[in-house]
Amino acid sequence: MSEKIKRYLGEEVKAEEIKEGKIPIEKFKPKAKYAWSAGIAISKFLEELKKGRIIASTCNKCGRIMVPPRIYCELCFKPTDGWTYVKDTGTINTFSASYLAADATRLKEPIIVAIIDLDGASEGMGIIHKIGEVEDWKQLKIGMKVEAVWKPPEEREGAITDIKYFKPVKEAATL
Amino acid sequence: MYGKKRVAIVGAGLTLFRRRLKETGKELAYEAAKMALDAAGLELRDIQSVVMGTAPDAFDGVHMKGEYLADGAGAYHKPYTRVFVGGGTGVFTPLAGWWHIASGQFDTCLVVCEEKMSSCYPHPQYAFTTIFDPILERPIGMNLIWIFALEMQRYMHKHNIKKEHIALVSVKNKGNALDHPCAQLAARITVDDVLNSEIMAWPVQRLDVSPTSDGGAALVLVSEDVAKEITDNPVWIDGVGWCIDSTHWTNRDLYYPDYVEYAARMAYKMAGIKNPPKEIDVAEPYDPFDYKELHHMEGLLLCKKGEAPKLTAEGVTQRDGDLPINPSGGLLGVGNPIAAAGLMKVCEIFWQLRGEAGKRQIPGDPRTGIAQAWGDLMQYGSVIVLRR
Ligand SMILES: [Zn+2]
Repeated sequence: MSEKIKRYLGEEVKAEEIKEGKIPIEKFKPKAKYAWSAGIAISKFLEELKKGRIIASTCNKCGRIMVPPRIYCELCFKPTDGWTYVKDTGTINTFSASYLAADATRLKEPIIVAIIDLDGASEGMGIIHKIGEVEDWKQLKIGMKVEAVWKPPEEREGAITDIKYFKPVKEAATL
Repeated sequence: MYGKKRVAIVGAGLTLFRRRLKETGKELAYEAAKMALDAAGLELRDIQSVVMGTAPDAFDGVHMKGEYLADGAGAYHKPYTRVFVGGGTGVFTPLAGWWHIASGQFDTCLVVCEEKMSSCYPHPQYAFTTIFDPILERPIGMNLIWIFALEMQRYMHKHNIKKEHIALVSVKNKGNALDHPCAQLAARITVDDVLNSEIMAWPVQRLDVSPTSDGGAALVLVSEDVAKEITDNPVWIDGVGWCIDSTHWTNRDLYYPDYVEYAARMAYKMAGIKNPPKEIDVAEPYDPFDYKELHHMEGLLLCKKGEAPKLTAEGVTQRDGDLPINPSGGLLGVGNPIAAAGLMKVCEIFWQLRGEAGKRQIPGDPRTGIAQAWGDLMQYGSVIVLRR
Protein backbone atom coordinates (compact mmCIF):
# COMPACT_ATOMS: atom_id res chain seq x y z
CA MET A 1 0.00 0.00 0.00
CA SER A 2 1.27 3.42 -0.83
CA GLU A 3 2.07 5.56 2.18
CA LYS A 4 -0.07 8.21 0.48
CA ILE A 5 -3.17 6.09 0.95
CA LYS A 6 -4.58 6.37 4.44
CA ARG A 7 -7.60 4.10 4.41
CA TYR A 8 -7.89 0.53 3.15
CA LEU A 9 -11.23 -0.99 2.29
CA GLY A 10 -12.46 -4.48 3.13
CA GLU A 11 -14.77 -5.68 5.92
CA GLU A 12 -13.57 -8.88 7.52
CA VAL A 13 -16.10 -11.60 8.34
CA LYS A 14 -15.28 -14.25 10.96
CA ALA A 15 -16.33 -17.88 10.51
CA GLU A 16 -18.39 -17.66 13.73
CA GLU A 17 -20.45 -14.81 12.32
CA ILE A 18 -21.56 -17.11 9.51
CA LYS A 19 -22.18 -20.06 11.85
CA GLU A 20 -24.24 -17.91 14.20
CA GLY A 21 -26.28 -16.53 11.30
CA LYS A 22 -25.14 -12.98 11.97
CA ILE A 23 -24.67 -12.11 8.30
CA PRO A 24 -26.94 -13.01 5.41
CA ILE A 25 -25.67 -16.01 3.42
CA GLU A 26 -27.27 -17.79 0.46
CA LYS A 27 -26.23 -21.41 -0.21
CA PHE A 28 -26.17 -23.54 -3.35
CA LYS A 29 -24.89 -26.99 -4.28
CA PRO A 30 -24.34 -27.65 -8.00
CA LYS A 31 -25.80 -30.91 -9.30
CA ALA A 32 -24.03 -30.99 -12.67
CA LYS A 33 -22.55 -34.40 -13.51
CA TYR A 34 -19.99 -35.25 -16.18
CA ALA A 35 -19.13 -38.30 -18.28
CA TRP A 36 -15.89 -37.76 -20.12
CA SER A 37 -14.79 -39.48 -23.30
CA ALA A 38 -11.27 -40.73 -22.68
CA GLY A 39 -10.25 -39.82 -26.22
CA ILE A 40 -8.46 -41.76 -28.93
CA ALA A 41 -5.06 -42.23 -27.30
CA ILE A 42 -6.15 -42.68 -23.70
CA SER A 43 -8.98 -45.08 -24.58
CA LYS A 44 -6.33 -47.39 -26.06
CA PHE A 45 -4.16 -46.86 -22.98
CA LEU A 46 -7.06 -47.82 -20.71
CA GLU A 47 -7.96 -50.90 -22.80
CA GLU A 48 -4.36 -52.07 -22.49
CA LEU A 49 -4.37 -51.44 -18.73
CA LYS A 50 -7.33 -53.81 -18.54
CA LYS A 51 -5.04 -56.46 -20.10
CA GLY A 52 -2.31 -55.68 -17.61
CA ARG A 53 -0.07 -53.80 -20.02
CA ILE A 54 1.11 -50.20 -20.30
CA ILE A 55 1.17 -48.81 -23.82
CA ALA A 56 3.06 -45.75 -25.03
CA SER A 57 3.03 -43.81 -28.30
CA THR A 58 6.16 -43.02 -30.27
CA CYS A 59 7.33 -40.13 -32.42
CA ASN A 60 9.93 -40.94 -35.08
CA LYS A 61 10.96 -37.32 -35.46
CA CYS A 62 12.00 -36.52 -31.87
CA GLY A 63 12.38 -40.18 -30.93
CA ARG A 64 10.29 -39.92 -27.80
CA ILE A 65 8.39 -42.83 -26.28
CA MET A 66 5.51 -41.09 -24.54
CA VAL A 67 3.40 -42.07 -21.53
CA PRO A 68 0.61 -41.18 -21.20
CA PRO A 69 0.30 -41.79 -24.95
CA ARG A 70 -1.03 -39.15 -27.33
CA ILE A 71 -2.11 -39.16 -30.97
CA TYR A 72 0.04 -36.11 -31.70
CA CYS A 73 3.53 -35.13 -30.58
CA GLU A 74 3.18 -31.73 -28.95
CA LEU A 75 6.84 -30.89 -29.67
CA CYS A 76 6.93 -31.86 -33.37
CA PHE A 77 3.22 -31.08 -33.83
CA LYS A 78 2.61 -34.04 -36.06
CA PRO A 79 0.80 -37.36 -35.63
CA THR A 80 2.62 -39.91 -33.50
CA ASP A 81 4.00 -42.83 -35.51
CA GLY A 82 3.28 -45.94 -33.53
CA TRP A 83 2.57 -47.79 -30.30
CA THR A 84 4.89 -49.72 -28.05
CA TYR A 85 4.61 -51.39 -24.68
CA VAL A 86 6.66 -50.09 -21.78
CA LYS A 87 7.35 -51.99 -18.56
CA ASP A 88 5.22 -51.86 -15.43
CA THR A 89 8.34 -51.12 -13.41
CA GLY A 90 10.05 -47.79 -12.94
CA THR A 91 11.88 -45.35 -10.72
CA ILE A 92 10.55 -42.85 -8.19
CA ASN A 93 11.19 -39.40 -9.68
CA THR A 94 9.66 -37.59 -6.71
CA PHE A 95 7.12 -38.46 -4.00
CA SER A 96 4.96 -37.06 -1.25
CA ALA A 97 3.11 -38.36 1.78
CA SER A 98 -0.15 -36.47 2.03
CA TYR A 99 -2.17 -36.02 5.20
CA LEU A 100 -4.76 -34.12 3.17
CA ALA A 101 -7.69 -35.69 1.34
CA ALA A 102 -8.91 -34.13 -1.90
CA ASP A 103 -11.28 -31.82 0.02
CA ALA A 104 -8.49 -30.70 2.41
CA THR A 105 -9.88 -32.77 5.32
CA ARG A 106 -7.13 -34.36 7.42
CA LEU A 107 -6.11 -38.03 7.17
CA LYS A 108 -4.67 -40.15 10.00
CA GLU A 109 -2.73 -42.37 7.61
CA PRO A 110 -1.08 -40.51 4.75
CA ILE A 111 -1.68 -41.25 1.08
CA ILE A 112 1.71 -41.77 -0.59
CA VAL A 113 1.93 -40.54 -4.16
CA ALA A 114 4.83 -40.44 -6.57
CA ILE A 115 5.79 -39.58 -10.09
CA ILE A 116 7.11 -42.86 -11.49
CA ASP A 117 9.43 -42.77 -14.49
CA LEU A 118 8.47 -45.97 -16.33
CA ASP A 119 11.13 -48.33 -17.66
CA GLY A 120 11.13 -48.38 -21.44
CA ALA A 121 9.68 -44.89 -21.84
CA SER A 122 11.80 -41.86 -22.71
CA GLU A 123 13.74 -40.36 -19.83
CA GLY A 124 11.55 -38.41 -17.44
CA MET A 125 8.28 -39.76 -18.89
CA GLY A 126 6.52 -40.26 -15.60
CA ILE A 127 3.00 -41.00 -14.47
CA ILE A 128 1.40 -40.06 -11.17
CA HIS A 129 0.23 -42.94 -9.00
CA LYS A 130 0.03 -44.15 -5.43
CA ILE A 131 2.74 -46.07 -3.60
CA GLY A 132 1.74 -48.99 -1.38
CA GLU A 133 3.23 -51.74 0.80
CA VAL A 134 5.50 -49.26 2.53
CA GLU A 135 5.53 -49.38 6.32
CA ASP A 136 6.90 -45.92 6.80
CA TRP A 137 7.04 -43.35 4.00
CA LYS A 138 10.29 -42.03 5.44
CA GLN A 139 11.92 -45.15 3.96
CA LEU A 140 11.12 -43.94 0.47
CA LYS A 141 13.85 -42.35 -1.63
CA ILE A 142 13.96 -40.65 -4.98
CA GLY A 143 15.61 -43.12 -7.36
CA MET A 144 14.02 -46.19 -5.73
CA LYS A 145 12.84 -48.94 -8.09
CA VAL A 146 9.12 -49.71 -7.94
CA GLU A 147 6.75 -52.14 -9.65
CA ALA A 148 3.03 -52.04 -10.41
CA VAL A 149 0.62 -54.03 -8.28
CA TRP A 150 -2.33 -54.85 -10.53
CA LYS A 151 -5.91 -55.60 -9.64
CA PRO A 152 -6.85 -59.21 -10.50
CA PRO A 153 -7.94 -59.38 -14.20
CA GLU A 154 -11.63 -59.93 -13.37
CA GLU A 155 -11.73 -56.72 -11.32
CA ARG A 156 -10.12 -54.49 -13.94
CA GLU A 157 -12.37 -52.01 -15.67
CA GLY A 158 -10.11 -50.09 -18.04
CA ALA A 159 -9.07 -47.35 -15.64
CA ILE A 160 -5.84 -45.95 -14.22
CA THR A 161 -6.90 -47.62 -10.97
CA ASP A 162 -6.49 -51.07 -12.63
CA ILE A 163 -3.03 -50.57 -11.20
CA LYS A 164 -3.75 -50.54 -7.47
CA TYR A 165 -0.45 -48.85 -6.67
CA PHE A 166 3.28 -49.24 -7.17
CA LYS A 167 5.41 -50.93 -4.51
CA PRO A 168 9.15 -50.86 -3.93
CA VAL A 169 10.84 -53.82 -5.64
CA LYS A 170 12.45 -56.22 -3.19
CA GLU A 171 16.13 -55.42 -3.70
CA ALA A 172 15.51 -51.72 -3.25
CA ALA A 173 13.20 -52.17 -0.28
CA THR A 174 15.87 -53.94 1.73
CA LEU A 175 18.54 -51.30 1.09
CA MET B 1 10.44 0.38 -29.12
CA TYR B 2 8.04 -2.51 -28.70
CA GLY B 3 4.51 -1.61 -29.76
CA LYS B 4 3.27 1.75 -31.01
CA LYS B 5 3.12 3.48 -27.63
CA ARG B 6 5.13 3.30 -24.42
CA VAL B 7 2.91 2.39 -21.48
CA ALA B 8 3.04 3.81 -17.93
CA ILE B 9 1.41 2.86 -14.65
CA VAL B 10 0.03 6.00 -12.98
CA GLY B 11 -2.09 4.66 -10.11
CA ALA B 12 -2.62 1.57 -7.98
CA GLY B 13 -5.27 0.35 -5.57
CA LEU B 14 -5.57 -2.55 -3.14
CA THR B 15 -8.11 -3.83 -0.63
CA LEU B 16 -7.45 -5.68 2.58
CA PHE B 17 -6.62 -9.37 2.04
CA ARG B 18 -8.57 -11.60 4.45
CA ARG B 19 -9.80 -15.21 4.73
CA ARG B 20 -13.36 -13.82 4.33
CA LEU B 21 -14.48 -10.38 3.35
CA LYS B 22 -18.08 -9.25 3.47
CA GLU B 23 -17.79 -7.61 0.04
CA THR B 24 -18.90 -9.46 -3.08
CA GLY B 25 -16.41 -9.92 -5.91
CA LYS B 26 -17.98 -6.96 -7.71
CA GLU B 27 -17.62 -4.79 -4.61
CA LEU B 28 -13.97 -5.79 -4.17
CA ALA B 29 -13.30 -5.00 -7.83
CA TYR B 30 -14.98 -1.62 -7.38
CA GLU B 31 -13.05 -0.75 -4.21
CA ALA B 32 -9.67 -1.54 -5.79
CA ALA B 33 -10.50 0.09 -9.15
CA LYS B 34 -11.83 3.28 -7.55
CA MET B 35 -8.76 3.56 -5.36
CA ALA B 36 -6.46 3.19 -8.38
CA LEU B 37 -8.40 5.85 -10.32
CA ASP B 38 -8.28 8.24 -7.35
CA ALA B 39 -4.55 7.64 -6.98
CA ALA B 40 -4.07 8.47 -10.67
CA GLY B 41 -6.28 11.55 -10.42
CA LEU B 42 -8.56 10.16 -13.14
CA GLU B 43 -12.26 9.40 -13.39
CA LEU B 44 -14.01 6.49 -15.04
CA ARG B 45 -14.92 8.65 -18.04
CA ASP B 46 -11.16 8.99 -18.73
CA ILE B 47 -10.85 5.21 -19.10
CA GLN B 48 -11.11 3.81 -22.63
CA SER B 49 -10.67 0.09 -21.95
CA VAL B 50 -10.83 -2.37 -19.04
CA VAL B 51 -9.06 -5.68 -18.46
CA MET B 52 -10.22 -7.93 -15.63
CA GLY B 53 -8.25 -10.82 -14.16
CA THR B 54 -9.85 -13.45 -11.99
CA ALA B 55 -9.18 -17.15 -11.42
CA PRO B 56 -11.44 -20.22 -11.72
CA ASP B 57 -15.20 -19.64 -11.75
CA ALA B 58 -15.46 -22.66 -9.46
CA PHE B 59 -14.36 -20.61 -6.43
CA ASP B 60 -17.31 -18.28 -6.74
CA GLY B 61 -19.76 -20.76 -8.18
CA VAL B 62 -20.62 -17.97 -10.60
CA HIS B 63 -20.18 -18.90 -14.23
CA MET B 64 -19.55 -16.03 -16.68
CA LYS B 65 -17.64 -14.50 -13.80
CA GLY B 66 -15.92 -11.98 -16.04
CA GLU B 67 -19.27 -10.65 -17.19
CA TYR B 68 -20.63 -10.73 -13.65
CA LEU B 69 -17.72 -8.63 -12.35
CA ALA B 70 -17.63 -6.19 -15.29
CA ASP B 71 -19.53 -3.25 -13.81
CA GLY B 72 -17.58 -3.50 -10.55
CA ALA B 73 -14.40 -3.21 -12.60
CA GLY B 74 -15.67 -0.02 -14.25
CA ALA B 75 -16.37 -1.64 -17.61
CA TYR B 76 -19.96 -0.42 -18.14
CA HIS B 77 -20.31 0.38 -21.87
CA LYS B 78 -16.59 -0.02 -22.50
CA PRO B 79 -14.32 -2.43 -24.41
CA TYR B 80 -13.75 -5.16 -21.82
CA THR B 81 -11.80 -8.42 -21.62
CA ARG B 82 -11.49 -10.95 -18.85
CA VAL B 83 -8.24 -12.92 -18.87
CA PHE B 84 -7.41 -16.07 -16.95
CA VAL B 85 -4.19 -18.08 -16.78
CA GLY B 86 -4.54 -19.73 -13.38
CA GLY B 87 -2.17 -18.45 -10.72
CA GLY B 88 -0.34 -16.51 -13.43
CA THR B 89 -3.39 -14.27 -13.93
CA GLY B 90 -2.41 -11.44 -11.59
CA VAL B 91 0.72 -10.55 -13.55
CA PHE B 92 -0.74 -11.51 -16.91
CA THR B 93 -3.64 -9.02 -16.53
CA PRO B 94 -1.41 -5.91 -16.69
CA LEU B 95 0.42 -7.57 -19.61
CA ALA B 96 -2.93 -7.72 -21.41
CA GLY B 97 -3.52 -4.10 -20.37
CA TRP B 98 -0.12 -3.23 -21.83
CA TRP B 99 -1.01 -4.48 -25.30
CA HIS B 100 -4.33 -2.61 -25.24
CA ILE B 101 -2.29 0.60 -25.20
CA ALA B 102 0.92 -0.54 -26.91
CA SER B 103 -1.19 -1.63 -29.90
CA GLY B 104 -2.12 2.01 -30.41
CA GLN B 105 -5.81 1.25 -29.94
CA PHE B 106 -6.28 2.98 -26.55
CA ASP B 107 -4.58 5.63 -24.41
CA THR B 108 -5.95 4.41 -21.09
CA CYS B 109 -6.71 1.00 -19.59
CA LEU B 110 -8.02 0.11 -16.16
CA VAL B 111 -6.56 -3.21 -14.96
CA VAL B 112 -8.51 -4.92 -12.17
CA CYS B 113 -8.00 -8.25 -10.39
CA GLU B 114 -10.34 -9.80 -7.87
CA GLU B 115 -10.58 -13.10 -6.07
CA LYS B 116 -13.16 -14.30 -3.62
CA MET B 117 -12.18 -17.79 -2.53
CA SER B 118 -14.26 -17.90 0.65
CA SER B 119 -17.56 -18.55 -1.13
CA CYS B 120 -16.52 -22.15 -1.81
CA TYR B 121 -16.89 -24.20 1.37
CA PRO B 122 -15.99 -26.14 3.47
CA HIS B 123 -12.69 -25.32 1.73
CA PRO B 124 -11.85 -23.82 -1.68
CA GLN B 125 -9.20 -26.53 -1.99
CA TYR B 126 -11.92 -28.84 -3.29
CA ALA B 127 -12.57 -26.58 -6.29
CA PHE B 128 -8.94 -27.12 -7.22
CA THR B 129 -9.47 -30.84 -7.67
CA THR B 130 -11.28 -30.09 -10.93
CA ILE B 131 -8.07 -28.78 -12.55
CA PHE B 132 -6.68 -32.30 -12.91
CA ASP B 133 -7.01 -34.65 -15.87
CA PRO B 134 -10.38 -36.34 -15.41
CA ILE B 135 -9.31 -39.75 -16.75
CA LEU B 136 -5.80 -40.34 -15.44
CA GLU B 137 -5.37 -38.06 -12.43
CA ARG B 138 -8.65 -37.45 -10.65
CA PRO B 139 -9.31 -41.18 -9.99
CA ILE B 140 -6.08 -41.16 -7.93
CA GLY B 141 -7.78 -38.61 -5.64
CA MET B 142 -5.56 -35.69 -6.51
CA ASN B 143 -5.08 -32.76 -4.19
CA LEU B 144 -3.44 -29.54 -5.26
CA ILE B 145 -1.02 -29.51 -2.33
CA TRP B 146 0.40 -32.85 -3.55
CA ILE B 147 1.73 -31.49 -6.76
CA PHE B 148 3.60 -28.72 -4.98
CA ALA B 149 4.94 -31.28 -2.53
CA LEU B 150 6.18 -33.35 -5.48
CA GLU B 151 7.82 -30.33 -7.03
CA MET B 152 9.37 -29.16 -3.76
CA GLN B 153 10.73 -32.64 -3.06
CA ARG B 154 12.28 -32.81 -6.55
CA TYR B 155 13.84 -29.35 -6.17
CA MET B 156 15.28 -30.23 -2.75
CA HIS B 157 16.63 -33.53 -4.06
CA LYS B 158 18.27 -32.09 -7.16
CA HIS B 159 20.23 -29.43 -5.27
CA ASN B 160 20.47 -31.16 -1.89
CA ILE B 161 18.52 -28.35 -0.19
CA LYS B 162 17.46 -28.63 3.43
CA LYS B 163 14.02 -27.64 4.67
CA GLU B 164 15.61 -25.23 7.17
CA HIS B 165 16.88 -23.14 4.29
CA ILE B 166 13.54 -23.07 2.54
CA ALA B 167 11.75 -22.12 5.78
CA LEU B 168 13.79 -18.89 5.89
CA VAL B 169 11.63 -17.59 3.03
CA SER B 170 8.46 -17.99 5.07
CA VAL B 171 10.12 -16.30 8.06
CA LYS B 172 11.25 -13.37 5.90
CA ASN B 173 8.00 -12.86 4.00
CA LYS B 174 5.65 -13.13 6.96
CA GLY B 175 7.98 -10.70 8.76
CA ASN B 176 8.00 -8.26 5.82
CA ALA B 177 4.20 -8.35 5.82
CA LEU B 178 4.13 -6.83 9.32
CA ASP B 179 4.66 -3.51 7.54
CA HIS B 180 1.89 -4.10 5.00
CA PRO B 181 -1.45 -2.56 6.02
CA CYS B 182 -3.46 -5.07 3.94
CA ALA B 183 -1.70 -8.22 5.19
CA GLN B 184 -3.63 -11.29 6.29
CA LEU B 185 -0.86 -13.45 7.77
CA ALA B 186 1.87 -11.09 8.92
CA ALA B 187 3.80 -12.64 11.79
CA ARG B 188 7.15 -12.86 13.44
CA ILE B 189 7.95 -16.56 13.23
CA THR B 190 11.08 -18.71 13.42
CA VAL B 191 12.49 -21.49 11.26
CA ASP B 192 11.54 -23.92 14.04
CA ASP B 193 7.93 -22.74 13.90
CA VAL B 194 7.87 -23.70 10.22
CA LEU B 195 9.61 -27.04 10.77
CA ASN B 196 7.28 -27.92 13.65
CA SER B 197 4.08 -26.91 11.90
CA GLU B 198 1.52 -29.50 10.77
CA ILE B 199 2.64 -31.77 7.93
CA MET B 200 0.19 -31.30 5.07
CA ALA B 201 1.85 -33.27 2.28
CA TRP B 202 5.52 -33.92 2.99
CA PRO B 203 7.69 -31.90 2.52
CA VAL B 204 5.00 -29.19 2.62
CA GLN B 205 4.06 -28.07 6.12
CA ARG B 206 1.44 -25.60 7.28
CA LEU B 207 3.78 -22.59 7.48
CA ASP B 208 5.32 -23.30 4.07
CA VAL B 209 1.98 -22.37 2.48
CA SER B 210 0.12 -19.12 1.74
CA PRO B 211 -3.50 -18.86 2.89
CA THR B 212 -6.72 -18.75 0.89
CA SER B 213 -8.02 -15.21 0.72
CA ASP B 214 -10.49 -12.65 -0.55
CA GLY B 215 -9.16 -9.41 -2.01
CA GLY B 216 -8.89 -7.00 -4.91
CA ALA B 217 -6.16 -4.99 -6.64
CA ALA B 218 -6.07 -2.54 -9.57
CA LEU B 219 -3.78 -0.42 -11.74
CA VAL B 220 -4.33 2.46 -14.12
CA LEU B 221 -2.27 2.20 -17.33
CA VAL B 222 -1.87 5.11 -19.75
CA SER B 223 0.09 5.92 -22.89
CA GLU B 224 3.22 8.08 -22.70
CA ASP B 225 1.32 11.14 -23.97
CA VAL B 226 -1.28 10.91 -21.24
CA ALA B 227 1.33 10.09 -18.59
CA LYS B 228 3.22 13.30 -19.36
CA GLU B 229 0.05 15.31 -18.88
CA ILE B 230 -1.07 13.86 -15.58
CA THR B 231 1.97 12.84 -13.54
CA ASP B 232 5.59 13.71 -12.79
CA ASN B 233 6.46 10.20 -11.70
CA PRO B 234 5.13 7.53 -14.04
CA VAL B 235 6.42 3.98 -13.77
CA TRP B 236 7.02 2.42 -17.17
CA ILE B 237 6.17 -1.09 -18.29
CA ASP B 238 9.44 -1.81 -20.08
CA GLY B 239 9.21 -5.58 -20.41
CA VAL B 240 6.48 -8.20 -20.75
CA GLY B 241 6.85 -11.96 -21.05
CA TRP B 242 4.65 -15.00 -20.73
CA CYS B 243 4.98 -18.68 -21.58
CA ILE B 244 3.17 -21.97 -21.07
CA ASP B 245 4.23 -25.62 -20.88
CA SER B 246 1.80 -28.53 -21.41
CA THR B 247 -0.45 -30.17 -18.82
CA HIS B 248 1.80 -33.25 -19.10
CA TRP B 249 3.35 -32.13 -15.81
CA THR B 250 4.52 -35.66 -14.91
CA ASN B 251 6.61 -35.67 -18.09
CA ARG B 252 8.95 -32.83 -17.15
CA ASP B 253 11.64 -32.43 -14.50
CA LEU B 254 9.94 -30.31 -11.86
CA TYR B 255 13.20 -29.17 -10.28
CA TYR B 256 13.34 -26.15 -12.61
CA PRO B 257 10.58 -24.00 -14.20
CA ASP B 258 12.02 -23.47 -17.67
CA TYR B 259 8.74 -21.91 -18.89
CA VAL B 260 9.33 -19.14 -16.30
CA GLU B 261 12.83 -18.68 -17.71
CA TYR B 262 11.41 -18.32 -21.25
CA ALA B 263 8.89 -15.72 -20.02
CA ALA B 264 11.68 -13.86 -18.20
CA ARG B 265 13.97 -13.91 -21.22
CA MET B 266 11.19 -12.45 -23.36
CA ALA B 267 10.60 -9.63 -20.85
CA TYR B 268 14.33 -8.95 -20.30
CA LYS B 269 15.01 -8.79 -24.02
CA MET B 270 12.32 -6.18 -24.45
CA ALA B 271 13.64 -4.20 -21.45
CA GLY B 272 17.26 -4.53 -22.63
CA ILE B 273 18.27 -6.36 -19.44
CA LYS B 274 21.39 -8.45 -20.01
CA ASN B 275 22.49 -9.17 -16.45
CA PRO B 276 19.33 -9.61 -14.35
CA PRO B 277 20.89 -9.75 -10.83
CA LYS B 278 22.92 -6.60 -11.51
CA GLU B 279 20.27 -4.61 -13.35
CA ILE B 280 17.19 -5.51 -11.26
CA ASP B 281 16.90 -3.63 -7.97
CA VAL B 282 13.86 -5.34 -6.49
CA ALA B 283 11.77 -8.40 -7.36
CA GLU B 284 8.40 -9.84 -6.41
CA PRO B 285 8.51 -13.47 -7.58
CA TYR B 286 5.41 -15.61 -6.99
CA ASP B 287 5.52 -17.23 -3.55
CA PRO B 288 2.39 -19.29 -2.83
CA PHE B 289 4.82 -21.68 -1.09
CA ASP B 290 8.18 -20.74 0.41
CA TYR B 291 10.19 -22.96 -1.97
CA LYS B 292 8.45 -21.28 -4.92
CA GLU B 293 10.21 -17.99 -4.18
CA LEU B 294 13.54 -19.80 -4.52
CA HIS B 295 12.41 -21.80 -7.55
CA HIS B 296 11.29 -18.60 -9.26
CA MET B 297 14.40 -16.59 -8.37
CA GLU B 298 16.26 -19.26 -10.30
CA GLY B 299 13.76 -19.35 -13.19
CA LEU B 300 13.94 -15.54 -13.38
CA LEU B 301 17.74 -15.84 -13.74
CA LEU B 302 18.30 -13.77 -10.58
CA CYS B 303 20.83 -16.40 -9.50
CA LYS B 304 22.21 -19.74 -10.63
CA LYS B 305 20.17 -22.94 -10.36
CA GLY B 306 20.20 -24.16 -6.76
CA GLU B 307 21.77 -20.94 -5.47
CA ALA B 308 18.64 -19.16 -4.19
CA PRO B 309 18.63 -20.84 -0.74
CA LYS B 310 22.21 -19.71 -0.17
CA LEU B 311 21.42 -16.10 -1.10
CA THR B 312 18.44 -16.23 1.25
CA ALA B 313 20.55 -17.59 4.12
CA GLU B 314 23.11 -14.82 3.52
CA GLY B 315 20.44 -12.12 3.83
CA VAL B 316 20.81 -10.98 0.21
CA THR B 317 17.02 -11.15 -0.28
CA GLN B 318 16.10 -9.10 2.80
CA ARG B 319 14.76 -5.57 2.25
CA ASP B 320 18.16 -4.13 3.09
CA GLY B 321 20.04 -6.83 1.14
CA ASP B 322 21.63 -6.52 -2.28
CA LEU B 323 18.60 -8.02 -4.03
CA PRO B 324 15.40 -7.50 -2.03
CA ILE B 325 12.88 -10.24 -2.81
CA ASN B 326 9.20 -9.86 -1.92
CA PRO B 327 9.52 -6.72 0.23
CA SER B 328 5.70 -6.65 0.33
CA GLY B 329 5.56 -9.85 2.33
CA GLY B 330 4.39 -11.78 -0.70
CA LEU B 331 1.58 -14.28 -0.81
CA LEU B 332 2.97 -15.98 2.30
CA GLY B 333 2.52 -12.82 4.35
CA VAL B 334 0.02 -10.53 2.62
CA GLY B 335 -2.25 -13.37 1.46
CA ASN B 336 -3.24 -15.18 -1.70
CA PRO B 337 -6.49 -14.06 -3.35
CA ILE B 338 -5.07 -15.57 -6.52
CA ALA B 339 -5.41 -12.99 -9.31
CA ALA B 340 -5.40 -10.08 -6.83
CA ALA B 341 -2.28 -11.50 -5.17
CA GLY B 342 -0.34 -11.43 -8.43
CA LEU B 343 -1.43 -7.87 -9.13
CA MET B 344 -0.55 -6.89 -5.53
CA LYS B 345 3.03 -7.73 -6.49
CA VAL B 346 2.94 -5.34 -9.43
CA CYS B 347 1.42 -2.68 -7.13
CA GLU B 348 4.31 -3.24 -4.72
CA ILE B 349 6.97 -2.74 -7.41
CA PHE B 350 5.09 0.40 -8.56
CA TRP B 351 5.15 1.84 -5.03
CA GLN B 352 8.76 0.78 -4.43
CA LEU B 353 9.94 2.52 -7.61
CA ARG B 354 8.00 5.67 -6.70
CA GLY B 355 9.49 5.68 -3.18
CA GLU B 356 6.00 5.41 -1.70
CA ALA B 357 6.29 2.06 0.06
CA GLY B 358 6.53 3.62 3.52
CA LYS B 359 7.95 1.26 6.14
CA ARG B 360 8.51 -1.34 3.41
CA GLN B 361 10.58 0.99 1.25
CA ILE B 362 13.84 -0.62 0.20
CA PRO B 363 16.92 1.61 0.38
CA GLY B 364 19.06 2.69 -2.55
CA ASP B 365 16.65 4.54 -4.85
CA PRO B 366 15.45 1.51 -6.86
CA ARG B 367 14.91 2.14 -10.57
CA THR B 368 14.13 -1.29 -12.04
CA GLY B 369 11.85 -3.94 -10.58
CA ILE B 370 10.11 -7.11 -11.72
CA ALA B 371 7.03 -9.05 -10.69
CA GLN B 372 6.20 -12.59 -11.69
CA ALA B 373 3.30 -14.99 -11.28
CA TRP B 374 2.93 -18.68 -11.98
CA GLY B 375 0.14 -21.12 -12.30
CA ASP B 376 -2.01 -23.77 -13.92
CA LEU B 377 -0.59 -27.30 -13.63
CA MET B 378 2.90 -26.03 -12.76
CA GLN B 379 3.20 -24.84 -16.34
CA TYR B 380 2.71 -21.09 -16.71
CA GLY B 381 4.85 -18.02 -16.10
CA SER B 382 4.10 -14.30 -16.51
CA VAL B 383 6.76 -11.60 -15.99
CA ILE B 384 6.62 -7.80 -16.00
CA VAL B 385 9.57 -5.38 -15.88
CA LEU B 386 8.88 -1.90 -14.45
CA ARG B 387 11.21 1.10 -14.58
CA ARG B 388 11.08 4.56 -13.16
ZN1 LIG C 1 8.08 -35.60 -31.72
